[in-house]
Amino acid sequence: MQELTQLKESPSQTAGPYVHIGCVPNFCDITGVYPEDLGAQMVNAYTKGERITLKGTVFDGTGTAIKDAMVEIWQADADGIYPGNDPRGVADPNFTGWGRKAGDYDTGEWVFHTIRPGAVPFPDGRMMAPHISLWIVARGINIGLNTRMYFPDSDNSADPLLTRIEHQNRVATLIAEKEADGVYRFDIYLQGEKETVFLDV
Amino acid sequence: MTDQNGAFFHRDRNWHPPALAPAYKTSVVRSPQKALISMNTTLSEQTGPVFGHTMLGALDNDLILNYAADGEMAIGQRIIVHGRVLDQNGRGVPGALLEFWQANAGGRYRHKKEGYLAPLDPNFGGCGRTVTDENGGFSLRTVKPGAYPWPNGVNDWRPAHIHFSVFGQGFAQRLITQMYFEGDPLIWKCPIVQSIPSRAAVEQLIAPLDMDNTVPMDARAYKFDIVLRGRRSTLFENRMEGT
Repeated sequence: MQELTQLKESPSQTAGPYVHIGCVPNFCDITGVYPEDLGAQMVNAYTKGERITLKGTVFDGTGTAIKDAMVEIWQADADGIYPGNDPRGVADPNFTGWGRKAGDYDTGEWVFHTIRPGAVPFPDGRMMAPHISLWIVARGINIGLNTRMYFPDSDNSADPLLTRIEHQNRVATLIAEKEADGVYRFDIYLQGEKETVFLDV
Repeated sequence: MTDQNGAFFHRDRNWHPPALAPAYKTSVVRSPQKALISMNTTLSEQTGPVFGHTMLGALDNDLILNYAADGEMAIGQRIIVHGRVLDQNGRGVPGALLEFWQANAGGRYRHKKEGYLAPLDPNFGGCGRTVTDENGGFSLRTVKPGAYPWPNGVNDWRPAHIHFSVFGQGFAQRLITQMYFEGDPLIWKCPIVQSIPSRAAVEQLIAPLDMDNTVPMDARAYKFDIVLRGRRSTLFENRMEGT
């Protein structure tokens, strides 16, 4: 029999407590190497769409805010096209789609200034409800955690991911809380009763 | 097929470290306890941010010089790390952003949360980045990082390592890992390394000394290839029934 020749993916290792040095050096006072931290700005004055603020905190299993996490988000533009390499078309050139923030050293909170994304189709053609993908790394997290945030003021009832989650009482962990007009909170719980749904995607 | 826009191969979670690795104490309260929800990748994961070479500064991949004062250099054993970013199909991944960070030659990080007594090097920041070429190739120059103690067990030491953050072509490929150095006895004593289930997987993170690419009288070379998730062809996946 022939052998399959696929390679193994490089195994993950924790980002560790000093992830800031490599990913957000200006945030940790290593200045003069890069002009600004990547992912700090997602929008500019010309970006199309409703401006939103997305903030949250990552909590460990004791309920303590994690102060050394780094969160990345990836989302479509206002028309539902991903910037960069979406095979369906060209996205808003004034929107990056990708953001990266470290938690505050004292509170652990992270804040993104972005826009409300448009809906994107699932592979079978059904539309997914507007959502933002998140990737979370920190000391003690051995492999980056994938999850999604959905909006409390969108119709999520037919979303292909949310509807297939067996424990529907956990779906609420993927829906942000509306704090004010255009301001959403998405706290992430690594363990416990409120443990966020994480994805193997 | 050259058409590689399909779903990503599913991640082999038995090859990666599990979320909970009790000997690495911090993982105990930071590991999800419920099963991950499995799903095939969608456009949300098959797309990803694109980073061009134009964003790079001339010294971004040279940690010996990129934080040093004019005419100065970082102290330590001069090394070059080079390799390729590949996908699981063995194809080079062009345009992949790599970001790397490390302790200085004495094992000290430039970070406010760092408490090791080894001194900072005023000419060493500890971060760098590059974007892979058309074949997936990359290289960087730095000083070999020192081993250092860390609060876990009372006498745990990290082997010398360089952290790598890697972007491929889809957000599903996002990966952070660490590169270790051939022959370091601390590799096999480290609880973070040991979170990886198999010796074969650990070996994938150990860079061999590469004398052929060593620059005589200047810098030793280490070779480090990184493998990201592969993806299927879309040839049959997107063919609608009856068309």
